[in-house]
Amino acid sequence: MATQRRTRGDISVTAASHIVLVIWSFIVIVPFAWALVASTKTTREIFGDPWSLPADPQWQNFESAWDNNVGEYLLNSVIVVSGGVVLTMLLGSMVAYVLARYPFPGNRFIFYLFASGMMFPVFLALVPLFFVVKSFGMLSTYHGLILVYTAYSLPFTVFFMHAFFRTLPTSVAEAAVIDGASHTNVFFRVMLPMAKPGLLSIAIFNILGQWNQFVLPQFLSPDKPLLTQAVASLLSNQRYRADWGTVFAFLAIAMIPVIVAYLAFYRQVQSGLTSGTLK
Amino acid sequence: MQYGKYRFIVGFLVAPLVLYAVFVISPFIQTVYYSFTNWTGVSPEFEYVGLANFELLWKDDLFREAFFNNIVLLVGLPVFTVLLALLFAFLLNVGGTGAGVRGIAGNGFYKVAFFLPQVLAVPVIAVIWAVIFSPESEGLANSFLGWLGLGPYDWLASPDMALYCVLWVLVWGSVGFYLVLFNAAMSSVPRDIFEAAFIDGASRLSTFVRVTMPLLWDTIQTSWVYLAILALDAYALVFVMTIGPGGPDNSTQVMALRIAQEGFQNGKAGYASAMGVVLFFLTLIIAAVLLRVTRRERIEY
Repeated sequence: MATQRRTRGDISVTAASHIVLVIWSFIVIVPFAWALVASTKTTREIFGDPWSLPADPQWQNFESAWDNNVGEYLLNSVIVVSGGVVLTMLLGSMVAYVLARYPFPGNRFIFYLFASGMMFPVFLALVPLFFVVKSFGMLSTYHGLILVYTAYSLPFTVFFMHAFFRTLPTSVAEAAVIDGASHTNVFFRVMLPMAKPGLLSIAIFNILGQWNQFVLPQFLSPDKPLLTQAVASLLSNQRYRADWGTVFAFLAIAMIPVIVAYLAFYRQVQSGLTSGTLK
Repeated sequence: MQYGKYRFIVGFLVAPLVLYAVFVISPFIQTVYYSFTNWTGVSPEFEYVGLANFELLWKDDLFREAFFNNIVLLVGLPVFTVLLALLFAFLLNVGGTGAGVRGIAGNGFYKVAFFLPQVLAVPVIAVIWAVIFSPESEGLANSFLGWLGLGPYDWLASPDMALYCVLWVLVWGSVGFYLVLFNAAMSSVPRDIFEAAFIDGASRLSTFVRVTMPLLWDTIQTSWVYLAILALDAYALVFVMTIGPGGPDNSTQVMALRIAQEGFQNGKAGYASAMGVVLFFLTLIIAAVLLRVTRRERIEY
């Protein structure tokens, strides 16, 4: 009797749970789905019945987005983020490894110096940062953005990789040292391969973070816009007024690669993004 | 050996430290320095003006408006995000049917869907929502509420609603991330704990409040701090989505936007730096208060 009551109660709880969860799924997915469908509509259709499908898919919206340099912005983003992530992972794991494995005076100080950088949003220092980058003549350059992205990604990368290197066993590295390997060789040949899972999570975190970065390029790269800047100017730019099909095609081009990559690697993405917060 | 070791340490640290010092630490320190000057950002000349910038800031109505808007976000964002994420995480974990306690079917799908806004850039999200919130009755939001017999509303064009639209998009974008975070923390709690509570006759709700919440407390506490920092920022969303940006009638002004506008458009780099300094201490104080107020004894399991 008791078990039966519980089971019936269970079913209604489960049904109610699904209803709540499905509603939120709709709230999350509908805006993206609607935007993707809108990229194949005419402007009149976009501001007609929002729930309708296009009568005739307007693929020329994508051509028109391409004519508005979306390809160039995409390329700028790819170059900066590739350089930024590679440099971040290299320098970040070097620092983390040294701090995790070599006690020396000042070790804790340097660690906290990096870790404290996670606390403060970048715009606190935006005005002077602009002039620092300007004084090096690095405004609107790939290398300027790569260096700045790397500097601002180091705190999180060092913090997380530091914890990760501490969990790795010391015996393999010690054996390598006895065999006469140098410290540098131990790091590149022994420790980095062992740290692959941690490197992967943090690399994903940095790829997404740098790909979606907007504040830094907005101020530091006015003449060489990245994709996020171009998207941000869609609403204010006169060029796109009254051509909403192109605006949504532009958005679709910015969204689709990220969504595809996310669906392919969602497990790694979710663990990569959340592991950092959980410590 | 010892010599080689120190050479190795220095060799590995020098490049990252220089990079970090030049692009992160020095701008932060310069912010403090410039906050005591009347630097325009354009001319190389400037004077030391003491606390004048801070006095001006104290009487600056626009900055005060921005400050209170940030406070609305600071209260609303963590409360709604954490509550919704906890609710969904709970439904995912113990909403299932069957003997004892089960996760719900379709668990994986929900997690993938809810997390989606987290991977897309803020400008993308901001543009989509700006169009969804169009004031015409054919806008997606108005069309949807029209079915329920509500609206149409002016959304971002209304000084009374615009800030809440910003808050909504922030919450909407954050829930999935914290759901996955809480879910991971819940999954690491041994199942026996929930099952023991059930066998003792505890309802799902009391299990949630008495068992789940205390075990997740550490994670929830970290979330408050992260969400508070996010609420003090909100720059990208406000900049792209709102009218002006910061409007209508400065109803969506936030402190970060004031810094950008004063520092770069109005040529008041010194004054903008003073705002940065205020925001810096505010961040510090809020993080410290949150960690202190929410401190509880850690439960080991």
